[in-house]
Parts: sequence; C-alpha cells; structure tokens
Amino acid sequence: MTENAMRRTGRVRWELHLALIVICFVMSIPALYALQVATLTAGEAAFAPVRLFPPGADLLPNMGDLFGRLNFGGLIMNTTIVSLVIVIGKTMLAMLAGLTFVYFRFPGRNLLFFFILLTLLMPTEIILLPLFRMMSDLGWGETHPRLALTIPFLATATGTFLFRQHFRNIPRELAEAAQIDGAAPVQFMFTVLIPMSWNVIAAHALIQFISSWNQYLWPILIVREPADQVIQVGVRSAVNFGLQADYGVMMAAGVIASIPPLLLFIFMQKQFMNGFAVTRDK
Amino acid sequence: MKQTVGSIEAILARLIGVFVVVFSLYFVITEWDGLMTLVGWLWGNLLQTPQAVQALIDYYAVLPAGQLLPSLLIGAVVGAVSSGVVLRSARAVLIGTGLGAISSQILARILQHCTYAAEIAPAEFVLGLIITSVSSLILLLPYWTFTKRGQRRIEPDGAGVFKAPLLPFLFLAPMILSLILFLYVPSLQTLTLSLNSRRFPLPQERFVCLGNYVSLATDPTYANSLGVSLLITALIVLLSLSISLGIAVLASQKLYGANLYRTLLIWPFALSPVVTGAIFLAIFREGGAGLINGVISALTGGTTLNWLRTPELAQMAVIAASVWNILGFNILFYIAGLQNVPKDLLEAAQIDGANRAIRFARITFPLLAPYTFFLLVTNITYAFYGIYGVVDTLTQGGPPLGAAGQNGGATDVLIFKLYEDAFNPGSPAGLAAAQAVILFLMLVGITMIQFRTLEKRITYAE
Repeated sequence: MTENAMRRTGRVRWELHLALIVICFVMSIPALYALQVATLTAGEAAFAPVRLFPPGADLLPNMGDLFGRLNFGGLIMNTTIVSLVIVIGKTMLAMLAGLTFVYFRFPGRNLLFFFILLTLLMPTEIILLPLFRMMSDLGWGETHPRLALTIPFLATATGTFLFRQHFRNIPRELAEAAQIDGAAPVQFMFTVLIPMSWNVIAAHALIQFISSWNQYLWPILIVREPADQVIQVGVRSAVNFGLQADYGVMMAAGVIASIPPLLLFIFMQKQFMNGFAVTRDK
Repeated sequence: MKQTVGSIEAILARLIGVFVVVFSLYFVITEWDGLMTLVGWLWGNLLQTPQAVQALIDYYAVLPAGQLLPSLLIGAVVGAVSSGVVLRSARAVLIGTGLGAISSQILARILQHCTYAAEIAPAEFVLGLIITSVSSLILLLPYWTFTKRGQRRIEPDGAGVFKAPLLPFLFLAPMILSLILFLYVPSLQTLTLSLNSRRFPLPQERFVCLGNYVSLATDPTYANSLGVSLLITALIVLLSLSISLGIAVLASQKLYGANLYRTLLIWPFALSPVVTGAIFLAIFREGGAGLINGVISALTGGTTLNWLRTPELAQMAVIAASVWNILGFNILFYIAGLQNVPKDLLEAAQIDGANRAIRFARITFPLLAPYTFFLLVTNITYAFYGIYGVVDTLTQGGPPLGAAGQNGGATDVLIFKLYEDAFNPGSPAGLAAAQAVILFLMLVGITMIQFRTLEKRITYAE
C-alpha cells in the first residue's frame, strides 16, 4: 500500500529502498562471508569467530597456494580457451541456422527446424555415458582434451531459435535491398544482420560463456591429465586441499573462479537484458 | 560495416571480428590432428554401412515371426488410431498405419524384440508394449505436426528470399551433423547400453533385455534417490519461484538506482554449482566457525548443529545452496515479465476499486504465467541436473541412511547416483544407463511443456 501511495505523491520511497537494501544485503551474505574467509589462514578459518568484516591478512598466501600448488593459472587458461571456442562455435552455427531458416525457402525446411528443436528434449547429462565411449575411441580425453570439451557441444537448439526469432523481426526490405545490390547471403549476414544483432549476440554469448565456464561433470569424467583440467574441477580439488579442510584456500578458489563470469555479467548486463527483451516479447 | 565509420561500436565490432578469426585459426591449427582423428573415425564408420545393413537384414531374416508380428501390429494399430483421431481423415489412417509399423521397429530393434519372446516375465512384456507404442510415435509426431501446419498456414514467400538451391543445406550441415553425431546417436546408444549388463571398466557385455530396469524397480537405494530427488526438487522450485517473485515485485518498481539494485540481486546466477557448494560447505560446516553454526551458537550460548551429518539438515543445506544459486536468474525474468504488465490495466482496476492484493492475484499473476512456466521448467531442470555440482561439493550424496548406508543417502539425488554408478570401478554401467533413460523420460514430459510454450510463441510470431 505505502509504496503505491508514495509513487502517487512522488516522494522518495524510503521503505522500498530500505527493503531492497536489506534484501540485497541478505542475498550477498554468503558471498561476503566467502570473501572474508578467503583472507584467513587455515587456522583462523577453522577456529576464529564468524564475521563478515574486517578481512584477514592471508589472502595473498591463499592465492599463492591456488596459483602454485593447484595450478589455477593453467586451469583458468584452459577454461578460457574452451569457453571461447564454445561461444564462438555456438554463435556461428546458430546464426547460420537462423539465417537459413529465415532467408531461404527449401524443401524440408520445417522438418529440419523440428529436427533441431527436438534436441531440446535431450539434455547433455543423459548422453555422457555413450559420449564417454566415443571419446575413448577417439582418444581425445588423453590427447586432445580441448576438443573433447568443445566439439560435442557446438550445436545449439536454443541459439538457433533465438537468432531465428530475432532475424524475423528485422524488416524484409533490407534483404530485398541487399539482393538488388547483388549481395551474397554471407555478405548480407556480415554487413546487415550482424551489425543489427549485437544485443542478441551478446546475450547469447554471455549465457553460453557462463555455462561453459561452469562446466564440471563432463570435464571431470573425460579429462585425464590434471594440467588439462578446467577451473571448476580446480575449485573441487581446493575443497579437498590438504589433510584438514583449508576453508581459506577453498573460499579463495571460489572467488577466483567466479571473477570472470561476474565481470562479464556486470559489463554486458545492458546488452543482456535488451537481447532478451528483443527476443522474448515480439 | 559502412555505417558510422570510425564510431566506437564499429571499431569494437572490427576488433571482435579480427579476434574471432585469429583465435579460431589458432585453435583449428593447434588441434588439427585431433580433428583429423574424428574425420578418420567417421569415415571408418561410414565404410561400415554395408556391413550394418547386412547385419540388419540378417537380423530380420532369422527373427521369429512370433516376435516380429506383435511389434508391427502394435505399431500399425497405434499409428492408425492416433492418426485418425488427430487428423480425422481416411488418408491419415492409411499413412499412420504404415508409419506406425515402421516407426515401432526403431526401439524394437534396439530391444532385439526381446519383450516378445515366449519366456519373458509379464512385467517386462507390458513394459515392452509401452515401449513399442512410444516408438511408433517417433515418426508419427512429425507427420502430424507438418500435416496440421500445412493445413492452416500459407507461406509468406518471395520477399527477401535468397535464391540458391544448395546453399541452405550447406549452411545447416554443421548444425545438423553435430546434432546427429553428438545428441541423436548417443541418446539411442544410452538405450542400447541400458539393455546390457556390464561392469565399468570391463569390456564384457551381456544382453539382459529389460533386466536393469527390473532391478532398479526393486532397488531400495534407487527408490530412496527418487524420493529424495522429488522432495528436493519440489522444495527448490517452490521456494525459488515464490521468493524471486516477491523480490521482483519490489525491484521492478520505478526507483532511483533501480539498475544497481537489479545487478546486486541477479549476479549469483553467474556462479557455478561447484562454487555455490563450496561456499555453503563453509557456511554449514561443523563447529562454531561456520556462519550458520556461529550465529546459532551466539544466539543459544554454545549449541551447534551437525548440519551435513543429519539427513534432514543436509537436505536443507542442499536446498538453501541451490535456491541461492538460481534465485537471480528467476528474479531477472520476473522483473522482465512485471515490466510488461500493462500499466493502464492496473490503473483501470484500481479505479474500479480493486485493492493491491486483488490486482496482483487477478491481473499481474495471470499475465506472468508464461514466465512462471518457463522458470518452472528451467528450475526443475536445474534441480534435476545442475544440482550435481552442489551435491558433489557439499554432501557427496550423504549422510548415509540405514545402519550401513544400505538405504542410500539423504541427498543422493538421481543425477548424483547415476554418475556414482556409472564411473566408480566395479559399478554397473548398464544400470547407470537405465537410470539415465528413466531420468530422460521424467524430463521429457516437463520439456514437452516448454516445447509447447515455445511453439505457441512461434505461432504468435507468425
């Protein structure tokens, strides 16, 4: 009630601000706690009384453990490469498919779209057993972990659907004009479609980057060599680091592993929201 | 990119383009021999096609009529009746009969028609009937969809369509081929695996028909996992949806600093389940240094709880971690939904004397239904699959139930049990594959709902 009354009178709505500040704080407590513990020594983390502030003095030694003994630098490098390949591959394939479904008429068009959309029913988690066998046949787990972590996951039904919907909302006159100019489809894609699609591309890329960065189950199954592992597996090994659980190192690992997706999310937030607004409600 | 040459966007776009090209080249060149292994492997398999066809012919040549005919008959009947009901024409019945019979053989062949053998147990026979019926739907569903679509839709053609007969297939080839290779084929292979008895990592396999499914039905640890999964899923979905809707109602209002609040509310969805699990492991750990126990001990004067070693409390910890992890995603979509509720509708209701609660219940909530639906599906998917990282870090499926854990674990959710069974040495891989198939079927229903909402949006857009 009060909030509505406030809106009508146009005053500053202190209650609403207060409520939101409290909610934001409560939701941040787990992360604030993790940040504080990340700055403690193993002993402090195990026995010191709980607080969110001030930080301890052991952040750098904890980081040293991560980047030294747990090879976090290498793991972050691996994960970055793998995630970039997945994002680029998925975006390219999905854009090509979206372009094809919107700007071409060919026999079997609906059937092929149905064929792609049907794969929404088949989650990756279900097919990991046969996929594991296939990768064993190829030997990729040992010899080409980066291929094993990327190539099986480049096709995307969601992405196809997203770009198809977006391209449909672009005026057809642009395609007609491009044809009169004698532009080839690929040329049309690069000069017209992509410049008009940055919001959608960003939204799609962000979602795909976060989910590949957070991959855990498949890497832990397929990658043999610890040096080839990804960051989430690194976080998991930080949980078991040392004889006694070292919560300082563990939380530092969580913080480090979360920085790249969080930074991307914060910087691309506007495109992300716009991208979804474009595709969802037309 | 001729528009606004020199603008920051154009330069940025160029940079992204150059980076993508250079990076892709680097990746392809460094991994070239691995990619060639894949090509060679595919080629080798392609060369096997004549043998595969020959094997199929041989198989049907020796298959007893008593096993073949029932499967064909069921497929034909299902196809005829369902096509007649759905499409209401004699032609549809005829085509449906043929398609149903052919389609029934897809799964029947994988099962090697074993459920129609004479010595089969009644339960497996009935299960076989269901599988054959489902199998016949595989070709029938697309048939119905396209016949119906053709009836009601006229293609808007001509305008802005590129004329090139082969190009579309070339453009779609990478997508279609990788879907076949990495999704369709493995899905069917999961089914094949589930019919074999095999202990990881030994290679010996024995065809056991539906034996793995029968043993799952009588396995108390599997029943436990099923119950635990359903309980945890229900609570996660209920809590995350209701809390996020409440927060979104507050955060969607026009307010100074609204964008900052949204960022602060949404970000946890960018964290991985593993990191979430690790943070909540620190929060719920034993002794006074954990956040929760620290607070409890301060309030009660020294009492602490053994969160991760008490079944109900461990479940609560897993639920709390998961809800925290997905809450931001839900808030994001609910805010988007709330902003699309037409203001004039709410104002008209207000003039008619509807109070805030009635306006929410009668106008806002129904208009949010598509969002609630979408979030319901994504949250259930998270609670079934995504939760693996949380459980693996936080509880490892424990604490054990029963004196020696013979009744499973209190947080031994289906996806966790599946991969414990699949990859621990000496564990039954066929049994794990059967679990994968069941988990898949449980989610097909849910995803179907998403599919239908997607389809509605497709028709909406046209």
